[in-house]
Amino acid sequence: MPSFVTYLIHTLFPPTVRFPDILLIDAGLVLGGLGLIGFLTKTHRWGWLWREWLTTVDHKKIAVMYLISAIVMLFRGGIDAEMLRAQLAMPSVHFMPAIQYDEVFTTHGTIMIFFMAMPFIFALFNAVVPLMIGARDVAFPRVNAMSFWLFAFGAILFNISFIIGGSPDAGWTAYPPYTGLAFNPGPGENYYFLSLLIAGMGTTMTGINFLVTTIRMRAPGMTLMKMPMFVWTTMVTSALILFAFPPLTVALAMSLFDRLFGSSFFTLTRGGMPMMYVNLFWLFGHPEVYILVLPLFGVFSEVVATYSKKALFGYPMMVVSVLAIMFLSYGTWVHHFFTMGAGPAVNAFFGLSTMLIAIPTGVKIFNWIFTMWGGRIQMTTAMLYQMAFIPTFVIGGASGVMLAVVPADYQLHNTYFLIAHFHNVIIGGTLFGLLSGMYYWWPKMFGMKLNERQGKVAFWLFFIGFWITFTPQYLLGLKGMTRRLYTYPAGLGWHELNVISTVGAWIMGAGFVALVYNVVWSLLYGERDVTGDPWDGRTLEWSLPSPVPEYNFARIPVVHERDAWWAMKQKGQTMAHALRPEDVHDIEMPKNTPIPFLLGVSFFVLGFGMTFKWWPIAIVGILGVIACLLFSGFDYDDHHHLEADVVRQTEASLGRLQG
Amino acid sequence: MSLPLAEKAGQHPLPIEFADEKESIKITGFWMFLVTDVLIFASLFSTYAVFRTSVAMGPTPDQLFRMGPVMLETILLLTSSFTIGLGVYFMRKGQVRALMGWMIVTILLGAGFVGTEIHDFVTFAQMGATWHTSAFLSAFDILVGTHGAHVTFGIFWAITLLFQLRKRGITPQTARKVYTYSLYWHFLDIVWIFIYTFVYLNGKIV
Amino acid sequence: MRPAFFKRPYRKLIPLALVAGLMSTGCGQQYVLLHPVGPVGEQELHLMELAAIAMGIVIVVVFTLYFYAIIRFRDKPGNTAPYRPDWHTSKWLEILWWVLPAVLLTVIAIPTVQTTFALAHVPKPKGKDPVVIDVTSLTWKWLFEYPGQHVATVNQLVIPTGKPVLFELTADSPMNTFWVPALGGMEYTMPNRVLPLWLEANKPGTYIGLSGQYSGTGFAKMFFHVKAVSPAAFNAWVAATRKTASPMTMTVYDQLLKHNTTGEAIYSSYPQDTFPTVANGFTLTGSGMYMVMRDKNDISYMPMQNP
Repeated sequence: MPSFVTYLIHTLFPPTVRFPDILLIDAGLVLGGLGLIGFLTKTHRWGWLWREWLTTVDHKKIAVMYLISAIVMLFRGGIDAEMLRAQLAMPSVHFMPAIQYDEVFTTHGTIMIFFMAMPFIFALFNAVVPLMIGARDVAFPRVNAMSFWLFAFGAILFNISFIIGGSPDAGWTAYPPYTGLAFNPGPGENYYFLSLLIAGMGTTMTGINFLVTTIRMRAPGMTLMKMPMFVWTTMVTSALILFAFPPLTVALAMSLFDRLFGSSFFTLTRGGMPMMYVNLFWLFGHPEVYILVLPLFGVFSEVVATYSKKALFGYPMMVVSVLAIMFLSYGTWVHHFFTMGAGPAVNAFFGLSTMLIAIPTGVKIFNWIFTMWGGRIQMTTAMLYQMAFIPTFVIGGASGVMLAVVPADYQLHNTYFLIAHFHNVIIGGTLFGLLSGMYYWWPKMFGMKLNERQGKVAFWLFFIGFWITFTPQYLLGLKGMTRRLYTYPAGLGWHELNVISTVGAWIMGAGFVALVYNVVWSLLYGERDVTGDPWDGRTLEWSLPSPVPEYNFARIPVVHERDAWWAMKQKGQTMAHALRPEDVHDIEMPKNTPIPFLLGVSFFVLGFGMTFKWWPIAIVGILGVIACLLFSGFDYDDHHHLEADVVRQTEASLGRLQG
Repeated sequence: MSLPLAEKAGQHPLPIEFADEKESIKITGFWMFLVTDVLIFASLFSTYAVFRTSVAMGPTPDQLFRMGPVMLETILLLTSSFTIGLGVYFMRKGQVRALMGWMIVTILLGAGFVGTEIHDFVTFAQMGATWHTSAFLSAFDILVGTHGAHVTFGIFWAITLLFQLRKRGITPQTARKVYTYSLYWHFLDIVWIFIYTFVYLNGKIV
Repeated sequence: MRPAFFKRPYRKLIPLALVAGLMSTGCGQQYVLLHPVGPVGEQELHLMELAAIAMGIVIVVVFTLYFYAIIRFRDKPGNTAPYRPDWHTSKWLEILWWVLPAVLLTVIAIPTVQTTFALAHVPKPKGKDPVVIDVTSLTWKWLFEYPGQHVATVNQLVIPTGKPVLFELTADSPMNTFWVPALGGMEYTMPNRVLPLWLEANKPGTYIGLSGQYSGTGFAKMFFHVKAVSPAAFNAWVAATRKTASPMTMTVYDQLLKHNTTGEAIYSSYPQDTFPTVANGFTLTGSGMYMVMRDKNDISYMPMQNP
């Protein structure tokens, strides 16, 4: 056999002793891929896939693609979690070796944050923000598609690490010097840095896009204080992304250069300072926490008002608190490392700023409760997630304040108390919010409701499973169990609580299965939404038919009040139905383009080449990127006109045209 | 779509690059991009500030820097910022040939800057001061190098704009592209002033 | 209304009751953070308790309002609760919930700041000079060097009771944290830096120590034992170690640098340059950078003019 083939096989599939799941995953992927190719070929769907999805710039389709990716990644991250919990169920007995456990907890964290929660949030942004503000698309539809494909290929690059070359194993925070070549010679960390850099570019572009969209694209009359709360949180989240991702990019790039090109930013030798990485990472990392939760505060604000049949309580204070959180979130990053010797003055300052941020968050909680107060609460699945969120998040926030108490954090830092805390807020805030938003806007995205009965089963499994999983982890923290241990000795009293926690994780897993069953069943047999307004909604997206036509609004609405659609319904002005033929004009729509997809492919090739230091492949990727940029620079043919007659026909077929 | 903003603005007609709503939105977007770039440089500057004294066995800033080439770079880049300003001035007057002329001057000045900088870096490398040497040099190289890479990218961007201007003349779209390019170029100039002050002057004096 | 109000909460409260039960029955010695054996751990526990009580008040208030709202205002036939779809603001209520959390947090904040500053000082009661121990985390083991006693240990620590012990922490490895939960909070060990941490044991006993920062495949094995003994027993142990144990040479140190896990060991001496000269990053009082003079056997703190 030629030596380069041997070399190739050894590099791509290094021999390690581990649980033989890689073989299963390999086989599954090959079979699944073949099956998919066969299905697409047999049903002649390749052209459809290319025209309707891979080249689309329609925000509604991009939302669907984000949603599918997020649920697939939730599955992958969830499997990781189940493997971790299975490992920890017994002391000193384990089915994964240390190296594999380390890879699994790393990919669990990274995937859940960067490749599950972020795209899920962007799915909701894309699905409803343009509809809520009365716009036909986002500000930069092509950039939007680029964001998606950069995210998608970043995620693919990260996920192939498990089967080709070995996964990163330094945790989702990837602190140097452990990520340095001296301790981590394999390609795993290269995968981590490159895939996050690629996906991070996409995220930054999304931030710019939605910030400009919410600033410049609002319907006439929608002033800042008439924007729906979700639009507010979208705007603030986008601003947070703008300010948070650059430090991450710099930190990741420096770590990568240390590994690939022999610089010495964070090395043990030549004056490197690992501490600088920690600062830069958390300068991103803490705002990132609010990037993950603020959009869901917006979702909860919409959901609670709709299902309580009552206006959101204290809207101006909700806006103030969101802005306060945005500013304060940049002043708290040191609380992630009180135990790194910053000195009492610095620690005390950041402890206080962290406590301060609890105040606006508390205000929001009270406002949500008082939105329900005096309303008529409908117990739909979306509302159940919102109702589970309040107590869960309050307890998560309370444990967060305990961690903000600097001396208490000396004891609780990096223990399972911390693990329980951030799962408490990330699952209780982010995941519950995402699922709430998914159930709420599903009819708008797909034109049918998700089955409520099945949805509630999934909800109760998630909710109960969540508490059974994480309550014992608080107690484990008090028993002194630190995070990321692949095994632990018997006799410290950690065993029973770990068993309970593992059982809880199984219940959550059952919840995921129920959720997927619910989605699939509803896609096949779900109740069609013919009204366009199944929940008696308050904001403009419910004034449109479900699913929404390509151009969104045949005529851009004029907004006079907050909760514009609710106000129109109160006054009997459901203007969509009062559309006269002469109101409809030609509509300028962005044109589909393959460039975003090809750009994603090019970055993937570049990233893969760099991961293994195969420079010819990397150069091919760079040339692809340059070609894409040149092509889009010279491409002036980026929109087409939708004839007024076509729009009239569409509207008439939906019964929304007079005469 | 494409409502001329001038109608809304009343008696003051807007410059051509803002006249079309869609193009005007793109300018807003470009400002947002510049915000992210400011933060990239802010992160690099703070890294440099922290690593400045971590010279390990390598040279200190004072031993390394030579002000001659740096002064030349500064003059070239500041002048190019002025010439692109002239270009935008003539663009607003609708004079495409003058615009292209000043853009070519800008490109040449930019190329002079990059050339001098590369020469400087090669000199450092010959002295054995590469970024393998110390954390200080790593931080210096990544800060100044990122700026240099931006300038290089700007030069190629300007060349593609020249082709577009020759083909299409001054339209709202090409005008918007030239305008965002000029924003980008001024931004790099400002970053350079900070590099000049906080890296080179500071390295020489302190 | 009333019966429904009283029926419902029980269902919702069952999980809470279970949690409370678990807490109360399980509060044995294994909840090591709740049973500290030194002043540092005690102060940290007091703050945890204070924060837990304050947060408990918040939780009770919020939960009361929340359960009342979701029970009373459900959308079901015959619900007589007032329906006010346009009630969306109340000046006094909103002021109240900006102020209420602020007050509770102030209650936590003041002692937090006090204790944070207090813990940054090593107490120096008369005749009780702190014992200094230089801690180096290696991949994946702990090296303890006693500059005052000139002995060294691996993966086991012997300290006198009733005296503050000052740990100077560094790493010749990726980052770890040095943590003895029974005595008090943790602190990072970082390469190229030396961080201070002081702890004290009230009672003789053997306590578990471990690392809190993941550092590779052997990280889970980085447990060590802390034996707190009376000062007399400590001195006897030092004397016996000097006499009987073998010295740690550079060869032995190089062996320790290998990436593996090892058992416990004691050495009668150690080479002088394995621990970095403490110069920067040493902020024990927070009022400036301080330097440890390593030439003398005792430690004294000297303010540095230019950090």
